[in-house]
Amino acid sequence: MTKLTDLTIAEARRGLAAKDFTAVDLAEAHIAAMEAHAGLNAYVTPTPDTAREMAAASDARIAKGEAGAMEGIPLAIKDLFCTDGTRTTAGSNILGNFVPPYESTVSANLWGAGAVLLGKANLDEFAMGSSNTTSAFGGAVNPWTRAAEPDRQLVPGGSSGGSAAAVAARLALGATGTDTGGSIRQPASFCGISGLKPTYGRCSRWGIVAFASSLDQAGPMARTVGDVAIMLGAMAGHDPKDSTSAPVAVPDFTAALEQGVKGLTVGIPKEYRPDEGLSPEIEAIWTRGMEMLKDAGAETVDISLPHTKYALATYYIIAPAEASSNLARYDGVRYGLRVLDEGDGLNDMYCKTRAAGFGAEVKRRILIGTYALSAGYYDAYYLKAQKVRSLIAKDFKDAFDTSVDVILTPTTPSAAFPMDDEPTDPVTMYLNDVFTVPTSLAGLPGLSVPVALTEQGLPQGLQLIGRPFDEETVLRAGRALEKAAAFTATPRLLEG
Amino acid sequence: MSLDKETVRKIAFLARVDVPDDQLAPLAGELSGILDWIEQLREVDTSAVEPMTSVAEMTLPWRDDAVTDGGYPERVTANAPDSQDGFYLVPKVVE
Repeated sequence: MTKLTDLTIAEARRGLAAKDFTAVDLAEAHIAAMEAHAGLNAYVTPTPDTAREMAAASDARIAKGEAGAMEGIPLAIKDLFCTDGTRTTAGSNILGNFVPPYESTVSANLWGAGAVLLGKANLDEFAMGSSNTTSAFGGAVNPWTRAAEPDRQLVPGGSSGGSAAAVAARLALGATGTDTGGSIRQPASFCGISGLKPTYGRCSRWGIVAFASSLDQAGPMARTVGDVAIMLGAMAGHDPKDSTSAPVAVPDFTAALEQGVKGLTVGIPKEYRPDEGLSPEIEAIWTRGMEMLKDAGAETVDISLPHTKYALATYYIIAPAEASSNLARYDGVRYGLRVLDEGDGLNDMYCKTRAAGFGAEVKRRILIGTYALSAGYYDAYYLKAQKVRSLIAKDFKDAFDTSVDVILTPTTPSAAFPMDDEPTDPVTMYLNDVFTVPTSLAGLPGLSVPVALTEQGLPQGLQLIGRPFDEETVLRAGRALEKAAAFTATPRLLEG
Repeated sequence: MSLDKETVRKIAFLARVDVPDDQLAPLAGELSGILDWIEQLREVDTSAVEPMTSVAEMTLPWRDDAVTDGGYPERVTANAPDSQDGFYLVPKVVE
C-alpha cells in the first residue's frame, strides 16, 4: 500500500470515505514524518496535539456522514495566517510571542471544510523574501538537492518556503501560502509542486498578517493541480470582513479540470525573454511546455506585454510603500516585542522596539517605503509607480481581450540556489520574482506547475496566467500541462 | 538618486527604527542602489495615465456603522506587553 504521506488530497479523500484508514492515521503518519524531517525547518510551530484532536473530530464527522470537502486532510498553514490560540509569528522576532485571539477567514474556511492543522509553516519575515532566509527562525530547507552536490542545502524559495518544503517532503498533503509578488509560485517551482495565486479578491485577506495590501493574496500549494483546485474551493469565498474580497460565486474548480485545452489560445509573451537573456535551459523547458499544450490541442500565439520590464521596479515601490504603512502597527504597545529602558519616552520605545524586532530586509523595505511616501517624493515614486502599474495591467487586459485565453511563461529565471551562496545585493535577489511580479501587479490568477528537472536535477515550473476570476481555465490548462509533463520525480530525501 | 547619511537618519526616524551611526553609511549605499534601479521608471511616458487605485474593478462596499464585535477587553489586551484593567500601558508621554 502507498504510504499515507504519499497520497494526493484526492486519494486521501477517497481512502477516508472508503474507510481504508482514518483521519487520525493520516495525521499520525504526517506527525511522524514531521519529526523525522524536523531538520528541514519547514515548520516554525508544529501542532501535533491540535492535529490529533482535529483528526479525531474529523473521524467522528465521517462516521456520521457529515464529511466536508477537506475532511481529515492534514495541512501546513503558513505562519502568516492568524490561528486562534496558536502562536503566529510572521517569521519575525517582533511577533515571536504573538498568540492571536481570532482565526483568519481562509483558515477558518478550511477548518469548516474539515481540514486538520499540522503546524505553522516557516516563511520569510513578513513574507519579504525569495529564499526563506530572512525568517527569524532560520530558513526552511528545500528537500531537493543538486544531483552532483547531494549534501549542499538549497533554499526552498520564498516567501512561502516552509509551505513548499513541507508539501514536497511529504510533511503535509497541502499547504496555504500567500503571494504578494511570487511568494506562492516561486517556492512551488523551486520545490517541484503546484501553487496557485488566485485573482486578487478571490480569498479573504482578513486575519492574514498584512504585507502589501493591494497585492497580498492567499492561495493553495499541493502536489497536483487537482489538489490545488480542491483546496482553492475550500479557501475561497466572499468575506464581508475584507472590503476587497470579491462578492462573486465560488465555482467547483475541479469540474472543468479534465476538459483539456482543445480550442484554447495560449499567449507566449516575447518580453519574458529579457535583453539580458533567459537561461537556455529555462528557455528549452518553456518551449517544451508550449509543445505540450499544442499537442494537447491548444493553439499558441506570440503576444507582447510591452511594460513587463518595468514591473519589478514598480513593485519595489508599491510593495515597500504599503509595507511601511502596514508595519507601523508594530510599535510595542498592543502586541509583540517591547524594548523599553529606564527613563525612555514613547519615541525611544518605538525606535528601539522596531530596531530590535525587525530583520535587515524588513527594515530596508520599511525605509524605502517611508522614503517613497515622504513629502516631496510621493509623486516621483509612489504615484509614478501606480501609473506604470495601470499600464502593466492594461497590457494583460489587451492580450486577454483580443487574442488569448491563458498565458504561458517560466515561473522563475533559475532553479533553487544553495543556502550558503554568498548573499547577493538586494536587487539581484529581487530578480527571482521577475516573471511572477507582473501578474501580481495586475491582480490576475497565476499557477505554477512543475514541468521538468534541470540538468542539475532540480524541479522547474512553468506559470499559467489567466483572466480575473478565471481560475478554472488556468487550472484546466495547468492540468493539461501536468498530464503531458508527467512530472513524477521526487526529492532524494524520500528515497530509501 | 543617492541618499546621504543625514537623509537616511531622517527616514529612519520617520519610520521609527533606530539605526546606529556606523550603519548609516552602508544602509545609505544599499538604499541608493535600490533607488537607482527604480529610476528606470522615468523612461515610461505616463502623462496620460491614471494611477491605479484598485486592482479589482469593484466599488468598495458600504456597511452600517454599527458595533458588530467586542466586549472582551481581556482578550484584546492579552498580547499586550503591558496592560491594566483592559487598557494598554505606555511610558509617560507628557512630563
